[in-house]
Amino acid sequence: MVESFVFVLMAIAAIAGAVTVVVARNPVYSAIGLLGTLFSVAVLYVLQLAHFVAAVQIIVYAGAVLTLFLFVIMLIGVDKDETREENLPFQRKAVFGLGGAIILVAAGLALFTDFEWVPAASNALIPEATNGTIEAVAESLFTDWVLAFEATALLLTIAAAGAIALAHYRRRDT
Amino acid sequence: MVEPGLYMTVAAVLFFIGALGMLVRRNALVMFMCIELMLNAVNLTLISAGRAMNDLNGQVAVFFILVVAAAEVVVGLAIIVAIFRRRSTASVDELNEMRG
Repeated sequence: MVESFVFVLMAIAAIAGAVTVVVARNPVYSAIGLLGTLFSVAVLYVLQLAHFVAAVQIIVYAGAVLTLFLFVIMLIGVDKDETREENLPFQRKAVFGLGGAIILVAAGLALFTDFEWVPAASNALIPEATNGTIEAVAESLFTDWVLAFEATALLLTIAAAGAIALAHYRRRDT
Repeated sequence: MVEPGLYMTVAAVLFFIGALGMLVRRNALVMFMCIELMLNAVNLTLISAGRAMNDLNGQVAVFFILVVAAAEVVVGLAIIVAIFRRRSTASVDELNEMRG
């Protein structure tokens, strides 16, 4: 009962935030909409017992990534409005038509057929098996996925070095 | 008890909104936010699928996606800032020097 209530609330908040990202003229409003979506999705993670991932979502996304976005928005300037004239004659209408068709097909599948969301899903959910505490995730991370974990460490180092290199780049003639 | 499929429905809607924004917006920053939106939708799907299959590896996969997304944001925003310093615009429509 509580789960249903929180789910509906957070689903609405997440979708409202996502719509704000797309329709807001001012990129700062888009960033705030993204923040709402990120928090709502974090709550949806908690509802599914993914506690550690929810905490990482808040710290990394809402903390670091969004701050970076806001910094860049402030740096680039928010007053430059996008051009509204259309260079693409029919593509935008085609997107809406295609998207609507996909949504209708998906809704039809979900409502009127015996659609399996996850084909390999087990019949009974065992909450203990997917209780994503730090201990449980870390055990999986440092046994089965330790190579991938080290690779991400390398990736982050390369990304940081690349960002610094891009930020320091100057043309010789200027 | 909310079915994992309902979470996946929300994730699908989020992904669609992100893809739509990617297609209709011109501001490179907002397009980047739409990519984040789609990544989040996929993360939500993975966690729901992991719960439906009683498997913790869904959450491990989401952890890795978060790390890669963070690296992607760092490099992507640095590129956007570099383009802006050279061209004074963040609109992707004006970046057409390579047009044949």
